[in-house]
Amino acid sequence: MRPRLVRLGAALAVALAGGACGGDGKGGEAGAGGSGGGPPSGTVTVLAASSLTEAFTAIAAQFERAHPDVQVELSFAASSQLVSQIQQGAPGDVFASADTATMDQVVASDDVASPDVFARNRLEIAVEPGNPADIQGLADLAGDDLIVVLCAEQVPCGALADVALANAGVEIDVASREENVKAALSKVELGEADAAIVYETDVAASDSVEGVTIPRADNVVTRYPIARLAEAGNRSGADAFIAFVRARPGRQILAQFGFLGP
Amino acid sequence: MSATRRGTRRTPVIAIALGGIGLGLFVLTPLIGLLQRTPWRDLGGILGEPAVREALRLSAVSSLAATLLSLVLGLPLAWLLARTRFPGQAVVRAAVLLPMVLPPVVGGVALLLAFGRRGLLGQWLDRAFGITLPFTTTGVVLAETFVAMPFLVVTVEAALRGLDRRYEDAAATLGAKRSTVLRRVTLPLIGPSLGAGLALTWARALGEFGATITFAGSFEGRTQTMPLAVYLALETNPPAAIALSVVLLAVSISVLALVGVRVVRPPREPVARPVVA
Repeated sequence: MRPRLVRLGAALAVALAGGACGGDGKGGEAGAGGSGGGPPSGTVTVLAASSLTEAFTAIAAQFERAHPDVQVELSFAASSQLVSQIQQGAPGDVFASADTATMDQVVASDDVASPDVFARNRLEIAVEPGNPADIQGLADLAGDDLIVVLCAEQVPCGALADVALANAGVEIDVASREENVKAALSKVELGEADAAIVYETDVAASDSVEGVTIPRADNVVTRYPIARLAEAGNRSGADAFIAFVRARPGRQILAQFGFLGP
Repeated sequence: MSATRRGTRRTPVIAIALGGIGLGLFVLTPLIGLLQRTPWRDLGGILGEPAVREALRLSAVSSLAATLLSLVLGLPLAWLLARTRFPGQAVVRAAVLLPMVLPPVVGGVALLLAFGRRGLLGQWLDRAFGITLPFTTTGVVLAETFVAMPFLVVTVEAALRGLDRRYEDAAATLGAKRSTVLRRVTLPLIGPSLGAGLALTWARALGEFGATITFAGSFEGRTQTMPLAVYLALETNPPAAIALSVVLLAVSISVLALVGVRVVRPPREPVARPVVA
């Protein structure tokens, strides 16, 4: 639990530092635009994939500095879980998912209109520091005495991991299929699992795991779409947040956390 | 005035109104919500799906094992708490009952830090015997026992305290050994309470979610019990989630009916038992 806290602190520190250099000008702009009418205000509720935890926490902090009248509420969970929440009518303004397949489900149910891809990510094997089990690639995960955890099948990271394993022609004995990518990662952080297949950004954001690269031929690149929800209560806030994520400040933070450009 | 007397006896309208809202809103509405969406016609087919069947089987096995473990360890614990005096007894009792009020997910974290591969006891188990408990069915049983055992302890301890000890004393003066007194007198006397405690323990074990998913993870047929399957199926297969929920609901109602004689009905005056202060 402690490393997670430290990491959150680090994410906030990055956000504050980023806000200190880039945010001043932005803040001034927002202040000037305030008299023009219709600037975003109120609370923006953002439902985002677990893998966006650190990056979106930092982006939200910087967004709030640029728009002092807006508060961002973040809710992180597996994209698949957020989809079912949205379809059950959970209130929210923005949805960012970890793959286009889950986003397509809410497009199909008319809960969002036109999503835009704002980042990409790749899978990586998370192992314990020092790689004590000497895992060099996907094939090594098939070892009998290894404890390997993946995300659940319906969660993007789980579906993608299955594709990568199939690409490599590897069948493994999975110990657990976790409900989201951070849960899978934490099992390695706690030393309970020898390896987990997570995103490159999750490995980068963690102080207590090491990454083992999955070769490009087997790896899967996932695209992260973002969209305003049809039932959004704060449309201008939602649009401002999405624009911020896709514009330079958002892209810079995403890149800092290891996301690939769209 | 006699009217005032009668007035105080009449059921207050406010109690009827608030009580009715409580019953309707928090008990009946969710139940009806679940039942009206239940795919009754396809229920058999859904419960026969391999993933659902696996969850049912795993839940049955693990919850019964947890109940048995709770009996073996909880019964002596209840006896020690009820019949002996030792320093720090109040603290021990509080500690035994703690899992009843502790958020189960916190229990799961505590279990990981105790029995996990890097845990207090777990690292030794791993090194000495190569035993790792997380991600195993044994881990599920452990998590379920952790949250459920207090229900057995608390029920049996209360029964032992309420027991008229003269029966045991009489048996002892007639030459019965301690084990005979326990087997032939004490256990039969607390039998109904023990049954109720077992039923409650089993129901709690069957419904366990937080500690299980935190400590044992989730894998079909190994650690994915019914509550976990309900949670995950809600995203992919809502009818299956609802069907499993109805099964758990039916089990809960059965358990209540089973212990109903003692728990649901208001306490009656003891009939044939002498009352001692």
